Amino acid sequence: MIVGVLGLQGAVREHVKSLERLGTDTKIVKGEADLDGISGLVLPGGESTAISLLASGSLLERLRRMAGEGFPMFGTCAGMILLSREVDGAPSPYIGAIDIGVRRNASGRQVDSFETILKVEGIGEDVPAVFIRAPYVTRLGERVVPMALYAGAVVMAREENVLVTSFHPELTEDLRIHRYFLGMIEEKDEAKEGEG
Amino acid sequence: MVEKGTYRVKSGLAEMLKGGVIMDVTTAEQAKIAEEAGAVAVMALERVPADIRAEGGVARMADPTKVKEIMDAVSIPVMAKVRIGHFAEAQILQALQVDYIDESEVLTPADPDYHIDKWEFTVPFVCGARNLGEACRRIAEGAAMIRTKGEPGTGNVIEAVRHMRLMNEQIRRVLSADESELMTIAKDFGAPLEILHAIRDAGRLPVVNFAAGGIATPADAAMMMQLGCDGIFVGSGIFKSSDPARRARAIVQATTHYNDPDILAEISAGLGEAMSGIAIEQIPEAEMMQTRGK
Repeated sequence: MIVGVLGLQGAVREHVKSLERLGTDTKIVKGEADLDGISGLVLPGGESTAISLLASGSLLERLRRMAGEGFPMFGTCAGMILLSREVDGAPSPYIGAIDIGVRRNASGRQVDSFETILKVEGIGEDVPAVFIRAPYVTRLGERVVPMALYAGAVVMAREENVLVTSFHPELTEDLRIHRYFLGMIEEKDEAKEGEG
Repeated sequence: MVEKGTYRVKSGLAEMLKGGVIMDVTTAEQAKIAEEAGAVAVMALERVPADIRAEGGVARMADPTKVKEIMDAVSIPVMAKVRIGHFAEAQILQALQVDYIDESEVLTPADPDYHIDKWEFTVPFVCGARNLGEACRRIAEGAAMIRTKGEPGTGNVIEAVRHMRLMNEQIRRVLSADESELMTIAKDFGAPLEILHAIRDAGRLPVVNFAAGGIATPADAAMMMQLGCDGIFVGSGIFKSSDPARRARAIVQATTHYNDPDILAEISAGLGEAMSGIAIEQIPEAEMMQTRGK
């Protein structure tokens, strides 16, 4: 299994390292041609405005289509913003693969960035989480499952094949969330085999 | 348990800026241009380095009114500069809630001997370095991000290249040294031993290292990225050029696609005049900015 990491800008190296520590091969994705041969895609943290300007319209369009067809995607922080259906202040979504609304920099400026321990549904009660100028979920679609809360706000959620976190598991040594995402890819592959 | 201002939170923001371009801006309007071009952050200051160099006088932290205007204008992180050692300027910028402080040789140093104790602050710091020893000393003082010093305001990349190559060479030496050699290397480099251990553990500098000081073209940015920098600061290079918006976009693209010459060829074309620039040999010793700080 090869997992792609969107490599236009941001904490690309950290996701690659987390995935490789789990024994997974990775591939940096900068354009559409790089999407061949991957089974899932991680959209890392970074600056969402910069990443969205660097991503070509056709790449975003292709990712939107792939997400709609069940391709597993995992977005952290800026990656979550790119995957959201509604982004506060943006006229239209970027990829729009998960039915949530988000507010950018909802946790405030850098002096308000923090780390904490979260209870994550189905993963554990003690998951370390680093929040950096983090976005929060402001609206949750009916089919979206909230997986973690912080101060009453949803900070991790899943809708079928799309997983998002406001925080950065890739900045910690804890690999459980990445392992969970790899599990989503495996489920998908098994379901596909079942169909065949 | 909630912890703010931890080293992981401070260095974490720098990690998020990787592969991006941080642009010097002096007005809210310039900040908007930078954001729309895809900058990952802006550096708010009173005058760009080229003007500081040309006009002389004492260069200080920007007026808080200006910093706030810029913070209000954009949603990307805003950095601002303080003079080397000027902890009170840093306290003011922290009170303004800027996202990163650059303790910078571009401004006139405030302390002849000491840098700021950056562990005291919640807001993270970036500092310049010409070699590994300088980088390690700044990290030991609490800097969560490093950049090359280069020679600011020159539009001449040679000093940034010199600093990056030297740092790479010195990191290779640390990585190949055995434990018994490390103390002597620490002494030779003027680098705290524990930071050298951290370099050995990480296989590289333990914090993000950007290029700064003289970058003026997309090709300059691509060259620094190929030399191993994590991202790019552009000071005077954008707003001292003839078409800032276009050049800003091109440098952003070049920083992402730094190893794709076909893309670089396309985005480098027709950008208008770059800033004119200065040969390093023409700068009197006393006017060199990179030698400021210890």
